[in-house]
Parts: sequence; structure tokens; C-alpha cells
Amino acid sequence: MLDIPFWKRLLILGLVALGLLYATPNLFYTKVEQHNDAITAAERNGFETPEEAAARAGWPDWLPSGLVNLGLDLRGGAHLLGEVHVQDVYKARMDSLWPELRDALVAQREVVGAVRRVQAPEGQLAVEIGNPEQMAKAVEIARGLATPVASLTGAGQSDLAISASGNRLNVQLSDAEKAATDDRTVQQSLEIIRRRIDEVGTREPTIMRQGKDRILIQVPGIGSAEELKQLIGTTAKLTFNPVVSRTADANARPGPGNVLLPSMDEPGVFYVIEESPVVTGEELTDARPSFDQNGQPAVDFRFGPSGAKRFGAYTSANIGQPFAIVLDNQVISAPVIRQAITTGSGQISGAMNVEESTRLAVLLRAGALPAQMTFLEERTIGPELGQDSIDAGRLSSIIATVAVVAYMVASYGLFGVFASIAVIVNVILILSVMSMMGATLTLPGIAGIVLTVGTAVDANVIIYERIREELRAGKRIIKAIDDGFSEAMSAIIDANVTSFIAAAVMFFLGSGPVKGFAVTLTIGLVTSVFTAIYLTRLMIVFWLEWRKPKELIL
Amino acid sequence: MAFRLKLVPDNTSFNFFRWQWLTFGVSAAAMVGSVLLLLVMGLNFGIDFKGGTTIRTESPTAFEVGDYRQAMSDLDLGDVSITEVFDPAFGTTKHVAMIRIGTTDETGSVTPEQLNEIEAALKTVDPQVVFAAVESVGPKVSGELIKTALYAVGAATIGIMFYIWLRFEWQFALGAVISLIHDVLLTVGLFSLFQLRFDLTTIAALLTTLGFSCNDTVVVFDRLRENLIKYKTRPLLDLMNLTCNETLSRTIMTAVTTAIALTAMLIFGGDVIRDFVIAMLWGVIVGCYSTIYVAKNIVLWLGVKRDWSKPDPKEKAPGEEIPAAFRDAP
Repeated sequence: MLDIPFWKRLLILGLVALGLLYATPNLFYTKVEQHNDAITAAERNGFETPEEAAARAGWPDWLPSGLVNLGLDLRGGAHLLGEVHVQDVYKARMDSLWPELRDALVAQREVVGAVRRVQAPEGQLAVEIGNPEQMAKAVEIARGLATPVASLTGAGQSDLAISASGNRLNVQLSDAEKAATDDRTVQQSLEIIRRRIDEVGTREPTIMRQGKDRILIQVPGIGSAEELKQLIGTTAKLTFNPVVSRTADANARPGPGNVLLPSMDEPGVFYVIEESPVVTGEELTDARPSFDQNGQPAVDFRFGPSGAKRFGAYTSANIGQPFAIVLDNQVISAPVIRQAITTGSGQISGAMNVEESTRLAVLLRAGALPAQMTFLEERTIGPELGQDSIDAGRLSSIIATVAVVAYMVASYGLFGVFASIAVIVNVILILSVMSMMGATLTLPGIAGIVLTVGTAVDANVIIYERIREELRAGKRIIKAIDDGFSEAMSAIIDANVTSFIAAAVMFFLGSGPVKGFAVTLTIGLVTSVFTAIYLTRLMIVFWLEWRKPKELIL
Repeated sequence: MAFRLKLVPDNTSFNFFRWQWLTFGVSAAAMVGSVLLLLVMGLNFGIDFKGGTTIRTESPTAFEVGDYRQAMSDLDLGDVSITEVFDPAFGTTKHVAMIRIGTTDETGSVTPEQLNEIEAALKTVDPQVVFAAVESVGPKVSGELIKTALYAVGAATIGIMFYIWLRFEWQFALGAVISLIHDVLLTVGLFSLFQLRFDLTTIAALLTTLGFSCNDTVVVFDRLRENLIKYKTRPLLDLMNLTCNETLSRTIMTAVTTAIALTAMLIFGGDVIRDFVIAMLWGVIVGCYSTIYVAKNIVLWLGVKRDWSKPDPKEKAPGEEIPAAFRDAP
């Protein structure tokens, strides 16, 4: 095992050099970070400001610029785990199906009789028909509205589950369609949350789907989870509805097709509005914070062509009538239409401050969430606490390394020096692999590195102890070292595989800091086997070739 | 002769089985004790597992926990506990408290208004106090996290058992697993005894301990297998003693380097991670002990196949495939 071919030596040293090169950016963390930020900003805006150019020049382009991501517990920031109410969409689907189904049934009125929608559990549509004996026909009509499910697993199945009992026709989404819808809802929510957070322009947010209906959001550098929640927690469903009446009675009966909604800034005031909107926020092409004629914060918006046309038609037909601007089931304002608005642009004003108008503009631009979200987990870590953790982590890593090196050198002399070099190279390799992968370093991850410093010498210890035994058994140096390495191999492999199993379990079942720990530990296992077996052996071989020792005290 | 620090002299010949009933009795008693502690005192679950909110406050001026409690008593927050955190790194200019508030409703989080109220209330007794971190976990998630944690420990144990069974014999796998259970129970027992905070990172520490303890055990088993091939007729007990003496130096050496590294982390790593490091450090100590005194004993009692040189073609289990390196050992 001791004659290592030249190409292999080159490969081992090359890997170490590469590791050193990729770990260097972390030494100049702020500089490289500014460099990377400047590049991203310039790419997004299409031009480069002088400050950005200066920041970019702070780190040479030809050097690697990958950094170890710092986890929230080190950088500070907010973490949220939200659950998407996927059932919201079932209801919306049924509500939009009703007019269609009604029209189809009414067209066959002489066969099925009178049609009436009746109370049903949320997410279901129940219809009573006049001629129960013609139910088969009604079911057939309803079936005609169904379409095949558009998903891989549910392909070929109908999107509606239709059943009948007596004079009652029950329609709801089929299980296959529910699964497909859930998936779409979560994907859409994810996309919209991403857009909202990107609009605010924070650095490297993590927005990830977790499980069936959950979304994990981590934004470094944001002040608090509360701030983040306001940004992503609001559905931001904007509609423009005709106003029927204004009342102070919270229990007023809105009548069929209408709803009673509270006013946002006038407590005790309610509006009865028509449920089906004239135009919705989906038609918006732009929204910007601005000020109204009284100098109060407001939001300017602009409709796309079709929205502008409908809005124009409605306003010209209803001059003198009020209409309501409704956001998430609250009436922001209900101005009276003074003239036809055909330009497709308008302004929302109400009681809001500049911050709120800015946020509303962001929300409207990014679009409404398809369903509501609740938050199951919220964490805010202040930047100072993160910095303290980094400092403590750095200090303890250095002390741990120095102590382990001292102990190894005291125990094994020159070979201890070899092992120590291997350990230090190992830490550098961990950092470089993490930088290349863009992996996240967490506080437990730092503990993982410190632990690796302790355990990485294990492979060397196994080998050295073996060499000692072989020497005691009277073998010659070369033979003893050779046997030491080869006999220790199976123990080293077995020992690392068991640790690897534990780390893999942590990776797949853990989350956040625990996952970061698992990643660090796993990378550490792989690199430590490399440094302990290949690098140390190479160093010993160099030493043997150079000094040609006659005896070895280990 | 160059100086060499040797905690374990060359060629030891301890009889590790001399006190085996005592050591095993101690282990068994410790395991039973841990279970009892767990039943009587329970664990100090963190919000990961129990739900609720924790607030970490920092202040440049010293404060009395009683004052904080007094200030917050009017807020109607339900179950509130306040503890002061100490760390040598804080010096005299940093005073840290952990405020923990139990779950009040379904979402488990303290509302932003409540948070503002708490901050205002604390500011009346300590004007310079700031919130360094606020974390809330809802009961829905915490229930799932417990389940996941239990799965994780179970999956890791089974995975390791399977691997050892594959590489060695079932007796070894069983021995290793019993020593793993021993380590897990003792670590959980320690957390119960001192009421240390038990949360997700503790589970991570527990899993790391499993890996480490097993690592130790496997190295010993590996050498035992080698010796079983070398000395076909020596009694198993003698071989185990021989193996253990041969690997003792390595076992101690690795335990010490790991303990050195972790101790540095324990002292200088800050209070945020202290419980995590305690769990790992304790795990290393217990893991080292269980390698020497638990895993082997189980294998000894179960007995082990002695004839490694001629695998019976009729019953060729995966564990019986002997690497070439061992077949021609002298």
C-alpha cells in the first residue's frame, strides 16, 4: 500500500489544493458577499451602479466566489412554517361551478323541473330538482360538465364526484381532482410567496414546500417573523363590486347573491355588496404606492386591456352609483363613480400609512394567494445573537483544534503532526465542499465540525495503534506501516458507515438546524476518510522516501 | 527514546470480565433508573416538542427574575416560566433571560400585540431590555416533531443493526443494539435528572451518539472477528479480553480527542448550544463505557460461531462472507 503511483499523488495533492482554493472565499466573507450581491443586483436591474462596480471589484472574478450559507441561527432572520388551507379552493371551485350547472339544468327545465341550490357542507354543491324521477337525466347533465383530471396519477378520472339521493344532486371534487388541486394550490402559493418576497428584495430567502400542504419560509436579515407574516400571511384578494346598500346593522340580511362586509376604516359600518365582482385583482398589471389629492398614502393601479374594458363599461353605465373596493373580505373604500373610467387606471385610498400602502402595492403586484395560510411555527433570531454564536463557534473550534493537535503530537510525535495536518485540511475541505454545494452552516453544524475534529483523528488513531502493534510484533518499519494501513481499513470503513447511517437518518427526518448538522457531519465523514487514509499515507510515504528511517518510535 | 504521552500502556492484559456482574449490574441499574426518572420526573421538553413560545431577552443591566415575573403577571399569558441564563462569555454587561410561555390557543403562538405588551411591561422594570430571539411552535407541529424524532431514533437503530448483521453475525448486531439502547436511555435519563431542555437538537445529539458509540463497538468487533479467525480454539472469553486489550488504547485515545473537542465547545461555545454539547459529551462517555462493558458481554452470552475459515455452503448468511484479507491471516 505504500507505493503510491505518481498520478495518484498528484490527484491527492490536487484535491487538497482545490479544497483550499474553494474554502478561501470564506476568509473574506463580507467582501465576497458584497461582490456576489453586486453581481445579482446588476443582473436583475440590467445595469451596474458605481457602488456595485466597486463592490464587484472587491473580489477578483476569476477566483471561486461560493460561500458557506449561514443559517438563520447564525445570521439572524425569520423562519415561518405555514399551512395552506387547500380546502378553500374546493369551495371556490364549487361556487364557480354553480352558475354553469344551473344554466345547464335550466336548459332542460321541462325534464328535470325547477332547480334550487341548497345548503351543503363546505366544498360541496347540493342542488334540489323538481322532478326526482328524472334524477338520472340531471346526473347526466352534471356529468357533462366534468372534465378529466389533469395529473399523472389521476389521469383518465373525472374531476367531479356526482351522487344523487331523492331529489338532491350532490356534486363535489373527486379525490383524484382534490389531490391534483391541492398540489396546484400549494405550487401557486409557493410561487406567489416567492414573488412577494423577491419584490421586497431580501437576500437568499429559502422558500420550500414541505410535505403535502406546508411551506417553509426562511428569510435572513428580516427584523421579525411578524413582518414576514404580514407580507405573506395576507391573501390579498382584491375585487371591485357593485354596492347595494350601506348599513350600521351587523346582522342585516344581505339577500340572495349579495354579501355583507365590514368596512376597513369605519368601525360599525357595513356594506351590502353584490357577490360577483365586476373586476378582480387578477386583472391588474401594475400597482404602485402613491399619494391621493389630500396627501394621504394611496395605491395607484392599472388594469390589463380586458379588465380596463369591463371596468370602463361598468363605470360608464353606473355614474353616480357607489362601488366597493374589497380586499380580503373587507371594504377598503366605497367611492361614488363620478365619470366613466376608461383609461384602466385608478387609485385606492383609505386609512393607511406609507408602509401599508407600499405593502399593499407589493401584494397586489405579486397576486393573491389561492388559499389562506396559517402559521404553525415562527422563529425570529436577532442578528446580534447570531453574531455571538458565530464568535463563540469560531473560538471553540480554534481551541478544540489546538487542543486535539497538542494531544495528538504528544501521543504520536511526528506521526501526530501528520494526523494534525490531516485534521486541519479536513476542516478546510468541509468548508470548501459546503461552499461548492451552497450548503447551510448552522450552530449545531459548527458543533458538528468541532465533533469532526475530535473524531477525524479516529481513523489515524486506528492506523497508528495498528502500526504500533505491528512494530511490537517485530516487523520492519515499512512492513509495519504497510500492514497497519491495510489491516485497519475494514475497521475504518465499518466505523464510518455506522456514523453515516445515523447522519443520513437525521438528514431525511430532520429540519432546519438539525439538517444542517447532518449535512456537516456527512461531509465531515467523507472528507475525514479521505484525509486520514490518503493524505496521511501520502505524507508518511514522502517522509519514508526522504529520510529512509531505520527505526520508528511511535 | 522520544517522549510519548500514553494514557494506556503497551500490552495491557486487564480482565474486563472480572467484574462483569458488577459492571453489568451497574448498567442495568442505570437503565432502570433512567426509565424511573423518566416516569417520575419526565423531560423538560422544549417548545419543539411541547408547543409554546420562548423569548430570549438581553439586557446590559442586571435584573431580578422576580421583577420580570412581577412585570408580566398582569398580562394574562397563562403558563409563564422565566429563567436567567449564565455564561462566562457574558461578562458583567450582558444579562440574558429565557421566558417561556405555554400554548394558549391552536396556533400556539403569542400574538404580536401580546409580544408588544410583554416588551412594554419588561421595559418598565428594565428599560434597556431587547428581545434577541422569539420562537413559537404550534401544538400541531410539535406533536409531529415528537413522532418524527422517535422514528429517527428507531430508524437509525434499525439501520445500524442491519448493517452490523450484514457485516458480522446476528449476535454482534444484537450486542451493538443493546448497547445503543443503553446509551440512549442513559442520555435521556441524564436530561431527566438535571431537567435539561430536551428538543430537536437533543435528538440530533442522540443520533450522533448512536453513530459514535457504534463506531467504537464496530472497531472492537472487527478486531474480535480477526482474533476469532486467528485463534480457533481459545475460549471466547479470553479472546474478548485479548481483543479489548488490543483496542483499549485506540478506544481511550479516540474518546479523549472527542471529549477534548467537545469540552472546548462546552466551555466556549456559548449557552445557546450548551445542552446539545452536554448530550454529545455524555453520549461519548457512555458510548465508550458500553463498548467495553455492554456490547461484548451480550455477544459472550449469546455465543458465536467459531469456525470462520470454512463457511458452510448450506447456510450462507450475508454476514459470513469473510474478506480476503482475513482468510489468509496467520
